[in-house]
Amino acid sequence: MSIRERLSGNEAIAVAMRQINPDVVAAFPITPSTEIPQYFSQFVSNGQVQTEFVAVESEHSAMSACIGAQAAGARTMTATSANGLALMWEMLYIASAMKLPITLSCVNRALSGPLNIHNDHSDSMGARDSGWIQLYSETNQEAYDNLLQAIRIAEHKDVLLPVMVCQDGFITSHAVENIELLEDDKVKEFVGEYKPDHYLLNHKEPIAVGPLDLPAHCFEHKREQAQSMINAKKVILEVAKEFEKLTGRKYEYFEKYNLDDAEIAIVIINSSAGTAKTVADKLRDNGIKAGLLKIRMFRPFPADEIAEALKNVKALAVMDKAESYSAMGGPVGAEVKSALYGKADGIKVLNYIYGLGGRDVRADDIEEVYNSLMDIVKTGQIGETYRYIGVRG
Amino acid sequence: MRGKAKEMTPEVTWQEITPGGTIYETGNAEGYKTGDWRSMRPIWIEEKCTQCMLCPPVCPDTAIPVKDSKRLDFDYDHCKGCGVCFKVCPFDAIDFIKEEDKEE
Amino acid sequence: MGKLIEIRWHGRGGQGAKTAALLLADAAFNTGKYIQGFPEYGPERMGAPITAYNRISDERIKIHSNIYEPDYVVVVDESLISAIDVTSGLKETGAIIINTDKEPDELKKHLKGYKGKVCTIDARKISEETIGRNFPNTPMLGAVVVVGNIMEPKKFLEDMKESFAHKFKTKPEIIEGNMKAIERAMQEVQGV
Repeated sequence: MSIRERLSGNEAIAVAMRQINPDVVAAFPITPSTEIPQYFSQFVSNGQVQTEFVAVESEHSAMSACIGAQAAGARTMTATSANGLALMWEMLYIASAMKLPITLSCVNRALSGPLNIHNDHSDSMGARDSGWIQLYSETNQEAYDNLLQAIRIAEHKDVLLPVMVCQDGFITSHAVENIELLEDDKVKEFVGEYKPDHYLLNHKEPIAVGPLDLPAHCFEHKREQAQSMINAKKVILEVAKEFEKLTGRKYEYFEKYNLDDAEIAIVIINSSAGTAKTVADKLRDNGIKAGLLKIRMFRPFPADEIAEALKNVKALAVMDKAESYSAMGGPVGAEVKSALYGKADGIKVLNYIYGLGGRDVRADDIEEVYNSLMDIVKTGQIGETYRYIGVRG
Repeated sequence: MRGKAKEMTPEVTWQEITPGGTIYETGNAEGYKTGDWRSMRPIWIEEKCTQCMLCPPVCPDTAIPVKDSKRLDFDYDHCKGCGVCFKVCPFDAIDFIKEEDKEE
Repeated sequence: MGKLIEIRWHGRGGQGAKTAALLLADAAFNTGKYIQGFPEYGPERMGAPITAYNRISDERIKIHSNIYEPDYVVVVDESLISAIDVTSGLKETGAIIINTDKEPDELKKHLKGYKGKVCTIDARKISEETIGRNFPNTPMLGAVVVVGNIMEPKKFLEDMKESFAHKFKTKPEIIEGNMKAIERAMQEVQGV
């Protein structure tokens, strides 16, 4: 039996971390993820976990401490947002290149400037090519579930990559909602013990980590790292299957909602997917074949599967809560369009930028997007494909 | 998989290379011979040496082996010929010559 | 009781409007509901107007946006009525609940022609007489439960007693005052 609770997204992450009981947590506070290390440090003080909590002086140091601890053989976790993630940048690439299965809770917030503490995806989307696996969460429940699975995915022998679990700042991080928690012992059993093959504190096998890598070998290491990301696809599904057996909650690369017979569809990430679902429901009630595809796994990117899922859609809107200043759309739009190319040609694809800097995403906004898709289906005319929704002017 | 430093040849493939470049042994610097970087060569003149022990700690490459509190002859596999030991010796017990002038 | 109840709270930073929204979410959760309780974060300064929200439903709540057409609006500080558009989007089938010592009819003229129910509660007086300090959020909570018919009053009181017992474990002497504040508010709310 699971435990019926009501928690904010940050509380859910902190509880997951308490249940995981990692060896080391190194973190620096930044809105809106501050509560995670705050709650967790209380668990440390109360003796509810045996974790070594490292209060560092910056996020660069936080990730550096995580790298050192994980290389030493410790299961290591951290949390951050926005500029905190940006300050980790240099170390993010080093963590993934060193094949260290660190887990990070990213509470998505707009990356300054202009200075803004509210939600969009510019922080984690900027880190999309840093070699970290990225899982996105619509709700507190998904953030909790994704973090538990992240441990297993990261530490799998065929993967050994760091994992970032993202949720929307304030919208889910600070909203109290219902959640089903697993019992402590079930989490303990599910995540298991961290047993790395090679680690610095193993006196029986002294090793050297992070050596200088010259042109003779660096390319081979990068190729090996890329293979881990390819392998992660299989592992992520395996872990999800096991998690489903435990909880009844099904996870895949993405969630299809009313999609199978949909003529128009939206591709979206995180909390606004819930808002879009309510709109899709309403449209269905009116006989409109509206669906949506919510991406859970953005790295690795499930290109073939997305193309297969969307191939029968006539018009599609890809929603981006981050600009990429490419003058042609956002990062999710670029990936989805490239996934469709040659596999699901002929779909009319719009790419919307929405919700930047915490602009509230209303059901009306989503409905307007669906309405535009209906117009495209009706008229065959697509017009400008790079669009903004919810911005004045 | 190849995990030792000497196995990291220029031919090693990505399938064989260790994840993250980790080397599953320590003391790898010893296997990396830097002696052929040398253009100048220190010569130990044992008769003049008082075993004062000033030279071993200044050597950046630990190329002056010490045994039973006494220095031995240079480790030419690793000495890069920087000349710090020559400068520090108060007894002219270290000579510093061009590599090509060395006696075979 | 409708399928989904949406409530918007207006208060000033430091008055506990966010806490009240979370307490209401807690109480509804304890009766088996699906809930959301979340503040709209802005410049969080003592005295600055703040907004918080609740959704309460028998089904899982999917939507993740602010509430624009609430069923109920709770105004924890009367002075906000002239400062912000508190009835914006408020459904006429719903109600606005205001912390004031005035009668509902007196306030109607300030509410831009709002035609729904106007309910009042002197939460300041109640809290000062029961808790000993101006803590309007506890009586406001009692008032909104009655006005919104959000849950069965007896069950609500039991749950609140339990949650106060948990929250004030180290200060049991203030539980009674808080419970009295809620009970009185449930009886004294005007205009229901």
